[in-house]
Amino acid sequence: MEAYFRRTAMWYGGVGLLTAQVFRSLALPPKYFRLIAHEIEVQGVRSLGVALTAAIFTGMVFALQSAVNMARFGAESYVGPVAALAILRELGPVLTAILVGGKVASGITAELGSMRVTEQIDALRTLGVNYVKRLIVPRVLAALIVFPLLTVLADVLGVLGGMVIMFLERGADMYAYWNVTTYWVTPRDFLTGIGKSFFFGGIITLIGCYNGLSTEGGTEGLGRATTATVVHVTMGVIVSDFFLTKLFLMVFW
Amino acid sequence: MSDHLVEANDLVKRFGRTEVLRGVTFRLDKGETLVIMGGSGSGKTVLLRTVAGLIRADGGGVRVFDIEITRLSEEELLPIRRRMGYVFQGAALFDSLSVYENVAFPLREHTNATAVEIRRRVVHVLSLVGLAEDVLPKLPAELSGGMRKRVGIARALVTEPEMLLFDEPTAGLDPTNSRLVAELILKLKGGVCDTSIVVTHDVELARTVADRVAILMDGRFAILGPVDDVMNSGDPAVQAFLAGEARVTT
Repeated sequence: MEAYFRRTAMWYGGVGLLTAQVFRSLALPPKYFRLIAHEIEVQGVRSLGVALTAAIFTGMVFALQSAVNMARFGAESYVGPVAALAILRELGPVLTAILVGGKVASGITAELGSMRVTEQIDALRTLGVNYVKRLIVPRVLAALIVFPLLTVLADVLGVLGGMVIMFLERGADMYAYWNVTTYWVTPRDFLTGIGKSFFFGGIITLIGCYNGLSTEGGTEGLGRATTATVVHVTMGVIVSDFFLTKLFLMVFW
Repeated sequence: MSDHLVEANDLVKRFGRTEVLRGVTFRLDKGETLVIMGGSGSGKTVLLRTVAGLIRADGGGVRVFDIEITRLSEEELLPIRRRMGYVFQGAALFDSLSVYENVAFPLREHTNATAVEIRRRVVHVLSLVGLAEDVLPKLPAELSGGMRKRVGIARALVTEPEMLLFDEPTAGLDPTNSRLVAELILKLKGGVCDTSIVVTHDVELARTVADRVAILMDGRFAILGPVDDVMNSGDPAVQAFLAGEARVTT
């Protein structure tokens, strides 16, 4: 039990220290900007399929379930705003973060972990290269751009998916659906979700990078680190979502 | 500035409760090749990594290029490391980059050299280690162990370091490739980079390249001196080690 607590404390401490190192190393030389562009492609463009498919089906399921159950209370006309609020405030950012984050962070852990066990990170250090600037900061900065953008797309497709399924399955008037939705949903609802995704991007990449950099035990250790990253990212997003929700409600409500 | 490129005093390094280095003291003069020998797990690589600042000593101190590095931060160590070349046991080439990109990497990171100049220097340094231009587009996975090692040496050499650190340069190589690497280290000593520390358990390599030899036993140097003195030492422990290693490597 004591060993477990020590490991956990060391993990949180390690992620904290890495975060501090990233803040200290934010000033990148211009030649590293292409690394950020490359990471945007790896993290964002290659995750579009996963993020958008999940968003559209989540929007459709949520609207369908809400319609069936809200009809029991005579509130079916409010499905639009309810679905939109759920998607913009929670489902869009959180599902995108969990799905894309798991994929992105486990990929980062595998790549950095493999570099660590084959001494490539030490090779960078012996060549006088700041590995935090070269390997970590571009990934974190790219995630701070990619996750909000993916969330915007997920929000749009989620809301449209809900609207389309209400039209197809429940015969809703799309014009009325849109009007009720835009009447109740404010830009603040959209922006708090985007704000969360910004934090999620940072948390996800820092977890992926830290687990990769601390990989030990050869290929078996690499497998363990990659699996642990998926769990850590999922838990990190869910737990931080609660605190971010509290924070945003205190600040913006 | 003194003539010592490296000066280690009473170095101590622990991993948990295991004390790997227990007071190692030595110096490396400019123009000298110091070979550090010892059995598996004796702490040779730990000592080399401590000199490069890759791991921090728990006690004692290391001066490299007249700078005490033991308390320096990672950021402060970077310019010091740029003045030395480190050749890893497994070469540690960047596996997603071609041979050309691997060797050009430090030039692209630290200089404003043009593409033409970088290519000229890469080709030159590869020719020094006996590799032709046809390896340039290859990935590390497509190379033999000996070639990977030579590319690793080329990458360490390309910035013209003042000192080279070799970690087991002949480990895992057949006798022919081992001899080639030994000859290469001798060739470098004659011109490109005349100062080096070589960590090895290969007695033949030590005889070929060393000016001085140290043998690490139980976390301390059992002996440190000119190569002939060490090879002919009357110390039974040293002789037992050399005889054992000679049997293993022949």
